[in-house]
Amino acid sequence: MTEVNKEENKIIKPDYCDPELFCTALPKEVPRMNNIIQKFYDWAQANSLWLLAFGTGCGSIEMRPLYTARYDISRFGIAPRPTPRQSNLFIISGYVSVKTLKRIIRSYEQMQNPKFVIGLGSCTINGGMYWDSYNTINRLDHYIPVDVYVAGCMPRPEALIAGFDELKKRIKEGRGEGANEYAKNFAWYKANQKKIIKDWDMPDYNW
Amino acid sequence: MKELIERLRSKFNAKNIKEQRKNFVFITVEKKDLEGCVLYLKEFEGYGHLTLLTALDWIEKDQFELVYHLHNYSNKTDVSVKTFIARKNPTMVSINNLWAGANVYEREIKELFGIDFPGCPRVNDSFALEGWQDIPPMRRDFDTKKYSEETYFPRPGRYTKDNIAQMEEQLYPVEAEVKNGIAETVRKK
Repeated sequence: MTEVNKEENKIIKPDYCDPELFCTALPKEVPRMNNIIQKFYDWAQANSLWLLAFGTGCGSIEMRPLYTARYDISRFGIAPRPTPRQSNLFIISGYVSVKTLKRIIRSYEQMQNPKFVIGLGSCTINGGMYWDSYNTINRLDHYIPVDVYVAGCMPRPEALIAGFDELKKRIKEGRGEGANEYAKNFAWYKANQKKIIKDWDMPDYNW
Repeated sequence: MKELIERLRSKFNAKNIKEQRKNFVFITVEKKDLEGCVLYLKEFEGYGHLTLLTALDWIEKDQFELVYHLHNYSNKTDVSVKTFIARKNPTMVSINNLWAGANVYEREIKELFGIDFPGCPRVNDSFALEGWQDIPPMRRDFDTKKYSEETYFPRPGRYTKDNIAQMEEQLYPVEAEVKNGIAETVRKK
């Protein structure tokens, strides 16, 4: 019985290999134009941040007051979106286990360019209090490119708002190049990801 | 509670009876008696709630300890049934037929301690750790710090200080200098 099943598995390809469901082309680097149009793009992108409502760890608790009346990130022109395909700002809000990292990578790759990442809390910087855990990563920037870190355990919503300001400054200066960096060092990022995700059951790049 | 303990002692040869509080008792039974004991407590004594099922690693005794914590809603008492199993090829009878919720505990223990529960549904599927290839991480011979340093790219700059030395430096700076050979004598006030 088991032998038959094994043979079936060999023949039937899993869903994620279906080219109709996923585009498996690798990411491409988009060179910057060094002119006034690029500056206009940067200014426009800095003021059009749509964050992905994805919570991992304790930081997701700190993100909820941001949407509400007291801190209200709408006044900065930032709004949460439910799906990665509609958003361009990814906040990794706390410790990342290996199981979560898999979902983070899939969500990150599905986001549209240009895309930005904020690492919230010490756990994304060096592992924080979970630095010696068997199941949480230590450095987020080895798996996806990170634009801004907000240190603290946990940082308050005000700190996150300061982080948004910093990110806007970076984008206006033309340094919000996470997606290009990911495309440029794609092999390095993939090798790091595959080192810790042992059951890799998804396409190498999907969007 | 006293009568219950007597019944358990006569029926299931319960040992190491420890009354933690007047409504909470620990008992230890043999591995073969465990399912009967838990079933008896559930069906005849009213302990209908499985609060938790967990495992402990006694690496010195070469044994795993399994703890079944049961609660009685009618008289608000708890019984914790313990049993010891061998550490080599550990296998335990599944109580999934008594409480469906035991499935989650058993899958978790299978993944974190490597104790097998034959008959428990989906016990071999990955639960919290996906694609784990090392020895089960909650066993005490697993070195979590070493594994983390080898796997997760530790950021340099983390250092530890000896607690006693650090407090000496903070509270008695002059004495610490003398002790470390920096100054010669302690100035008296």
